[in-house]
Amino acid sequence: MNSSTSPFGKPLARVDGPLKVTGQAHYAGEFHVPGLLYGSVVNSSIARGRIVSIDASAAEAVPGVVLVLTHQNRPPIASYDEPYEDDDAADGSPFRPLFNDRILYSGQPIALVVAENLELARHAGSLVRVEYAAEPHHTDLLSELETMHKAPAELPSPRGDVDGVLRGAMLRLDLEYSTPVEHHNPMEPHASTVHYLPDGKLEIYDKTQGVQNCMRYLEGVFGMEGQIRILSPFVGGAFGSGLRPQYQLPLAVMAALKLKRSVRVTLKRQQMFTFGYRPRTVQRIAIGAAPNGQLEAISHQAIGQTSRFEDFTEHEVEWSGMLYECPNVKLDYQLVALDVYTPLDMRAPGATIGVYALECAMDELAYAAAIDPVALRMRNFTAHNGNEDKPYSSKELRQCYEQGAERFGWSRRSMEPRSMRDGHQLIGWGMATGVWEAMQMPASAKACLEPDGRLVVSSATSDIGTGTYTVMTQIAADTMGLPMEQVEFRLGDSNLSQAPLEGGSFTVSSVGSAVQQACQALQQKILDAAQQSPVSPFTGVTLDGVVFDGGRMQLKDRPDTAVELTQIVAVSGVLEVEVKAEPGKQRENYASATHSAVFVEVRVDESLGTVKVSRVVSAVAAGRVVNPKTAANQIMGGVVWGVGQALQEETQIDHTLGRYMNHNLSEYHIPVNADIGEIDVIFVEEKDEIVNALGSKGVGEIGIVGVAAAVANAIYHATGKRIRDLPITLDKLL
Amino acid sequence: MNPFSYARPAAVDEAIGLFRPDSRYIAGGTNLLDLMKENVTRPTQLIDITRLPLHDIEETADGGLRIGALVSNADLAWNPLVEARYPLLSQAILAGASPQLRNMATTGGNLLQRTRCYYFYDSTTPCNKREPGSGCSARDGLNRIHAILGHSDSCIAVHPSDMCVALAALEAQVIVQGTGGERRIAFADFHRLPGDAPERDNTLADGELITAIELPAQGFASNSAYLKVRDRASYAFALVSVAAALELDGDRIVSARLALGGVAHKPWRKPEAETVLVGKVANEAAFDEAASLLLAGASGFEHNAFKIDLARRSIARALGEAAKGASR
Repeated sequence: MNSSTSPFGKPLARVDGPLKVTGQAHYAGEFHVPGLLYGSVVNSSIARGRIVSIDASAAEAVPGVVLVLTHQNRPPIASYDEPYEDDDAADGSPFRPLFNDRILYSGQPIALVVAENLELARHAGSLVRVEYAAEPHHTDLLSELETMHKAPAELPSPRGDVDGVLRGAMLRLDLEYSTPVEHHNPMEPHASTVHYLPDGKLEIYDKTQGVQNCMRYLEGVFGMEGQIRILSPFVGGAFGSGLRPQYQLPLAVMAALKLKRSVRVTLKRQQMFTFGYRPRTVQRIAIGAAPNGQLEAISHQAIGQTSRFEDFTEHEVEWSGMLYECPNVKLDYQLVALDVYTPLDMRAPGATIGVYALECAMDELAYAAAIDPVALRMRNFTAHNGNEDKPYSSKELRQCYEQGAERFGWSRRSMEPRSMRDGHQLIGWGMATGVWEAMQMPASAKACLEPDGRLVVSSATSDIGTGTYTVMTQIAADTMGLPMEQVEFRLGDSNLSQAPLEGGSFTVSSVGSAVQQACQALQQKILDAAQQSPVSPFTGVTLDGVVFDGGRMQLKDRPDTAVELTQIVAVSGVLEVEVKAEPGKQRENYASATHSAVFVEVRVDESLGTVKVSRVVSAVAAGRVVNPKTAANQIMGGVVWGVGQALQEETQIDHTLGRYMNHNLSEYHIPVNADIGEIDVIFVEEKDEIVNALGSKGVGEIGIVGVAAAVANAIYHATGKRIRDLPITLDKLL
Repeated sequence: MNPFSYARPAAVDEAIGLFRPDSRYIAGGTNLLDLMKENVTRPTQLIDITRLPLHDIEETADGGLRIGALVSNADLAWNPLVEARYPLLSQAILAGASPQLRNMATTGGNLLQRTRCYYFYDSTTPCNKREPGSGCSARDGLNRIHAILGHSDSCIAVHPSDMCVALAALEAQVIVQGTGGERRIAFADFHRLPGDAPERDNTLADGELITAIELPAQGFASNSAYLKVRDRASYAFALVSVAAALELDGDRIVSARLALGGVAHKPWRKPEAETVLVGKVANEAAFDEAASLLLAGASGFEHNAFKIDLARRSIARALGEAAKGASR
């Protein structure tokens, strides 16, 4: 951090903002290439069985239709599992699109109609006649609970004697919570534009959170190593839906290879409900505590749905063993295989569900012990991660409670439910803790000093709307002492330096560290280049002895001895360096996590059951924040989603048909502006020299975690009703 | 969406003359295009009526209003005469859809909205309304948003409009024109219950075109309220909605109108639920009595039985607000 002009930590507007608001930012389904054909996917209407026959004659007869692709005429694809196992694959045998006649779930893609325009393709798709041999299916988690099997997850070993302590506990709670299926539904639907190049190679614009993940997937599935480039400069939201290659990508490639032409496939909104989703779960939590609320034992079991071909797991129960001080902990995670598609990581996967249950249970404990919910959490605070038996590298959670409570006015709360009202409205205040892991993955970045003195830094990461372009530019500008305008960050191209999937809140930590280290390595190169001249004033000076500021390199102790970077690069030619950043060794002895305290006010109409979340304060401890503006956006979006999770979101499945029925944005409810009141975001100061050199933990997930619990707890405070089944729709409150 | 031809006539007679059994009139298209994209409706000809001279709101000789069928929902809701004389109608319109949709959607089109039943829109599932004789998936399926009144063995769908609930309460007239000339339909007779022909939402004959809506002079401007209860604060269809209108002499009720939305295949009224209020003091006891009569015979399914209780509470709330003059 070189000077007061450093952009690090400043609430800067997005560097890609002007492109987005002027329509110049192009998304995967918007790139035009000459001779482009359009594909429309036909999906299965049954949940299980096989295809007896597909009659495509009427579709093929439509003028302008060039191909109806099915499992019977597709180009060769890999048959064994390995090529399909992408970076975010679950355990098992990944789904293979158009592989054979088996129907594994309702909505499975079974044909692709390719035509001269999209409307023709869609119309022809409606003319494809499919005869099925249906088999009995099961899609209801609750009715299939007895078939559950242990999830292939590496859970922490049990500690202490949970059963014994629970039996003797002065306070004992046994609670069950359930959460529904939710779909990601980013505004931009999944799309792939496959440009078939003259040499048979493919250049593909794809909506993805991992360009290199998609490249390797296609290389393996189609045996096309070195012949595929994936580009994804802009992504209109993803929330985890782009972590795995989705079926429109291989389908578009199949058609392009078969026709030797460029093809685009864009999914319809209804088709956004035909792949991964947040799984439905049932959770059982038992808590034993002393009369003063001190935790003595926690048992947390989660049962989630998965497909019959993959065992999807996420971190659902671990939080109960790491957030609070508790000597006796037992965690269990079970799966029920159903005739559905495999779930998929979705905004704070696992924590959104598991912390919801834990934090509702903590509220119930607060009432059982007659202790203020914040005081209860303070009493059970720990700076030690019990699962890993390691100290946290930092955990300013108590500051989150204090600053959040202060901002919210929590001290004016009366403990008694139904104690505040305004006319027809019952007012309730609730709170919850949020937690998410602060991970770091290996990542590489390239830094290049151009002849005009501009710095170009690049890595094959994504910007899914989170602000990656902006914060990476800030980190690079800060490290090199350059103004923002002199720095360009490139991403979303599989040819760039290796980057992990854009997810898990680890992009700043992973790619940001690589960017910082690449810039530092570039500084060494610049110094080396400057020292090539025998009369250089920098002769014999090491990197410690120079400062980069304002496009110049200067001696630390004689700032007037300086050289413009443009002068150096004019002599040396372009200077370029690529660096791979690994998580630091110092992390091994510590656990790292982000934390939050969420405070919520609800207004519940006493006779109609409608709920309005009128106020939210979210106080977050996430290390140093690179850009408080984009970070606050992230938290705010997470809060809104948490409100939706609490009150509205649910993909409803008709178990007789085995099919999702509210598969559109009219009937699949997410909050609209009118649902959202004030949202106040606080970033608590948190110094962390362990997590990475930036001291930044990432904020993509933490905003949503705990929100649903805080809303549910506030509803209890307002109404005296504990609704343990999300979403809390008005009928549950009548 | 199947291929179709397109015509844009300039006169009502011309439009009606162009109509074939597989034609559809299109104005705002806010519902029809969705239905076409989902292959629920497959017209081979679209007759674009937006150039017809049906865009005006005029006062009628008897002190009412005549609203052209092509007046947008937004223009109707914000029309000063409507706001002043029929605030119930303004409120109902503004409770529906979104500003963008209300800018596109028309008065006539609003009457012809089709149900939002999930099964109706998913052409892979049985649905008697979409495909007569194929069965009703909702009866034993997902039916949280479905009917509690007037449903039949073949269909339990509800009409989705808010505007129509207010028009029913206000006893509007629907003016339609066909090859045989013009006729007037009382609003109560315009939409129909599903019976054994749920594919028919209303009593329009093939090719008949709605040209206007007429409102009588009595607009209950002092004491009316539209209450919409739904799963989110905006852009959601009603679980239950109530149009309540009272004519008061002091705190005594002189006349009353009461219509429910979100509960049946058409806006739901019962004369006895209104006459029972006449002469009574506007209070909870009277409102409960009216609610009981309006909800007589209501029956729910697996997921929507709550609507009966919700409707009862909503009626009391809406009548209470109307009595207070909340819309003023």
